[in-house]
Amino acid sequence: MKRLFLAFLFTGSMATAAMAQSAQYMDAMTKQTADLDSSSTFTPDHLLEKGNTFERIANAEQSQWLPYYYAAYMQVMQGFMLKDKSQLDPLMDRAEVNLDKAESLSPKNSEIACIRSLVATARLTVDPMTRGQMYGAEAAKQLQQAKEYNPENPRIYMLQGQSLLFTPEQWGGSKSGAKTALELALTKFAAFKPESNIAPHWGEPYTRMLLAKASN
Amino acid sequence: MSKFNLYLYLLICFPLVSLAQNKVTGKVTDSKKHPLAGVNIAIRGTYDGATTATDGTFSFTTSASGDQIISASFTGYQPMELKANVSASEPINIILKNNINALRVVTISAGSFEASDDKKGTVLKPLDIVTTAGAGADIVNAIKTLPGAQQTNDREGLFVRGGTGYETQTLIDGMLVRNPFSTSLPDIPGRGRFSPFLFKGTTFSSGGYSAQYGQALSSALILESTDLPTRSSSSLGLSVIGVNGGVDKLTKDKKTSYGVEADYTNLAPYFNVVKPKQTPSLGPEIIGTSANFRRKTSSTGMLKFYGYGNWTKMGFNSNSLEYPGYMESFKVHNNNVYTNLTYRESIGHDWHLYAGASFSINTDNIHTDTLLKNPAPTLIKVRSTLSQSKLMLYKNLGSFSVVRFGGEYQYAIENSSFNEKTANYVDNYTAAFAEGDIYITPSLVGRLGGRAEYSSILAKMNFAPRVSLAYKFDNYSQFSLAYGDYYQKPEPQYLRFNNYLGYMKATHYIASFQRISNSYTFRTEVFYKKYKDLVKTVPSYNNNGDGYAKGIEVFWRDRKTFKNVDYWISYSYLDTKRDYLNYPFRVQPDFAANHTASIVYKHYLSKISTNLGLTYTFATGRPYYDPNLPVDKFMSEKTMTYNAVGVSASYLTNIRKAFTIFVLSVSNALGNKQVFGYHYSTDGLRRNEITPNVPRFIYLGMFMNFGIDRRQDVLNNL
Repeated sequence: MKRLFLAFLFTGSMATAAMAQSAQYMDAMTKQTADLDSSSTFTPDHLLEKGNTFERIANAEQSQWLPYYYAAYMQVMQGFMLKDKSQLDPLMDRAEVNLDKAESLSPKNSEIACIRSLVATARLTVDPMTRGQMYGAEAAKQLQQAKEYNPENPRIYMLQGQSLLFTPEQWGGSKSGAKTALELALTKFAAFKPESNIAPHWGEPYTRMLLAKASN
Repeated sequence: MSKFNLYLYLLICFPLVSLAQNKVTGKVTDSKKHPLAGVNIAIRGTYDGATTATDGTFSFTTSASGDQIISASFTGYQPMELKANVSASEPINIILKNNINALRVVTISAGSFEASDDKKGTVLKPLDIVTTAGAGADIVNAIKTLPGAQQTNDREGLFVRGGTGYETQTLIDGMLVRNPFSTSLPDIPGRGRFSPFLFKGTTFSSGGYSAQYGQALSSALILESTDLPTRSSSSLGLSVIGVNGGVDKLTKDKKTSYGVEADYTNLAPYFNVVKPKQTPSLGPEIIGTSANFRRKTSSTGMLKFYGYGNWTKMGFNSNSLEYPGYMESFKVHNNNVYTNLTYRESIGHDWHLYAGASFSINTDNIHTDTLLKNPAPTLIKVRSTLSQSKLMLYKNLGSFSVVRFGGEYQYAIENSSFNEKTANYVDNYTAAFAEGDIYITPSLVGRLGGRAEYSSILAKMNFAPRVSLAYKFDNYSQFSLAYGDYYQKPEPQYLRFNNYLGYMKATHYIASFQRISNSYTFRTEVFYKKYKDLVKTVPSYNNNGDGYAKGIEVFWRDRKTFKNVDYWISYSYLDTKRDYLNYPFRVQPDFAANHTASIVYKHYLSKISTNLGLTYTFATGRPYYDPNLPVDKFMSEKTMTYNAVGVSASYLTNIRKAFTIFVLSVSNALGNKQVFGYHYSTDGLRRNEITPNVPRFIYLGMFMNFGIDRRQDVLNNL
């Protein structure tokens, strides 16, 4: 009887331990993902630091795709802000390592495909004249992929709108096209329910900002 | 649960809660003791860690204690882990090593201009090589704006560092192209046969090239075809001289692609409006087709096929120099077929296999007629057939070093007839080569190799050693040296009539320095080239010719200083003399200019979505032969200096769903007079200037693309 009780206690505490760890994880992730729509996050130093923090969480957990995903997201945004473009490719290599790990934990994930599209766009900025063709196609392909995995993901249309807005018209960009995509993104945002409070939910304020730009 | 159980539970679940927090501090530097900022420091298995500050220091608290694994990771550096006691409150100092990536590794660069996306730090990108106003989407015309190449625009081919056009070989995916240029008329050079957009990489080597390549005394133009396209697409083009269309299909599994292309060019209507110097009597009319097939046979295997067929006819009448008042006629029909099949695969244990086969056939039927004066028109037929196979194995040693060896076999049939007289020969050519790129350190590499060849028509063997060395000072600058022996068979027109000739030989010595950053490139090279055993035709065919070439070349490219502007400048100084063919002694040959310079300028005007291009080329006069002068004054006269300005403008827009671009380009826009030499009548009393057939060529065209946005291609194609 005593043995049974101890065994029961032991299993019980194991389960609680897992939950406790998960509480620590939820805690850290909630804190780290809370300010992803705040403009103060988007400075090179903040992005680097947050990327590092997500990487630490990712490497400690190893079975969660979200911290790898966020680490890559921070790194790609940091990439867009780099002044010395020669640093960009190694940084994107690192982001892609994180995305690969995220994808192995969560295959066919629309959110991961969105970040892959951003990585391709970032690589394009190093040398648009010669890289445009290859990485432009890659960025579009990843968004297409993202749409196949989950057409309800608002960030697909946000990125599409962003790309249409910032591509010069003679290269296929279009303000009116951007407006349509961004408005669609907003309706998708309104309907979008993140799986948890740490699942990707960023982008709505940025979409509004882009839409304002596209509308004037 | 009882109170006891709750305590037990807390004890089991939160063993660390009761322990004190430890403060961990330290500093991260690189191997040269420079602090590294932004490094991610972590205690393995925990969330605890920090990002290093600008001075490389870090500090954080952790509930972990005792010996822990501390990891440090940073973009561009090798990650590092070390064991440390976090309770000890001693600073932890970490040194990170550079990640040795392609950017930092030295590459063999003496003599070669590589345009490729594969490697960073290349001088030009594939698109740049065709970015030359006035080059008209011709690879060789664009390469003529690079140092080392001459502006010999009255004959086809690349004339490099005192070498003739014959001394340059063109290779596609490692396989030789026997007739890389379309058929030409006297004094009118033929264009390159292959579209620049077939290739993802182009290497123009003006000397010192690898033992993989033989039978080129001066230069190798190494073209590497593109891999699978990213999407299916189709295209349509319309211009003042013709139409073209093509389809490229990528299969659903994205492992196979195939495509066909066809073009039709007819210059007759154009020449009705813009009268050329010589009057067209046939065409010029060109029908071209090509087909390709590519298959990714495995994650590392790639099979590629490319086939090309071209039918050209053209003819011109011109005033006879020999018989004033009479007309001379020259007509040519050319058929050309080229096929190329290559396969690459990794065969395990760091070994790789390359196999290739190609077949080509080229036929020229030439009718010449010097009316009335000759009893009958002359018919010249020239047909060359080449079958080729090549096998190469290579193995990676360590991270960067590689050894290569392989063999090559060529079977060539050269037929020719002059009216009823024929002169044919067959050559079996075999070659073996071995070469190693040995990295002593990531910044110091040596290449040692050799090539042995045997040609049955010459019944002779040769052995050519090749050595290069390159050293990289920092991320941007490197210094290279190269030495090598190069052998080549005499041209078919001499071999046809004399089988006792031997190989011609050139020895290259090259020193080069280059500095490449993201926004600019600087490169300079000095070279000395020694020629031996060149073919002489006087008093009879022999190998007693010789010569030398030496010079200095400078290249500068800047993509940053001026907004929306990319430009490059190249300058070549060449001092060369040779005694060959019918030359009485060593002189500067008629294809060589002492000074050659080019400026290529591109400007993008975003407001009107138009790209402007401008190319200026300059060359000092070339020697020419005046039969009225005494022998000791042979080739002592020089032509006027050469000046050419090419301009182009392109406007981008959308027509329905198709990306469309309108193109206007003008060669020799300022109408500068260009004289490449003189023809003299036999008695020496009359002479004709050799000038371009059309002094200024105006091209207007429109390209539409459905599918992939290839407007950038077309834009760079001007």
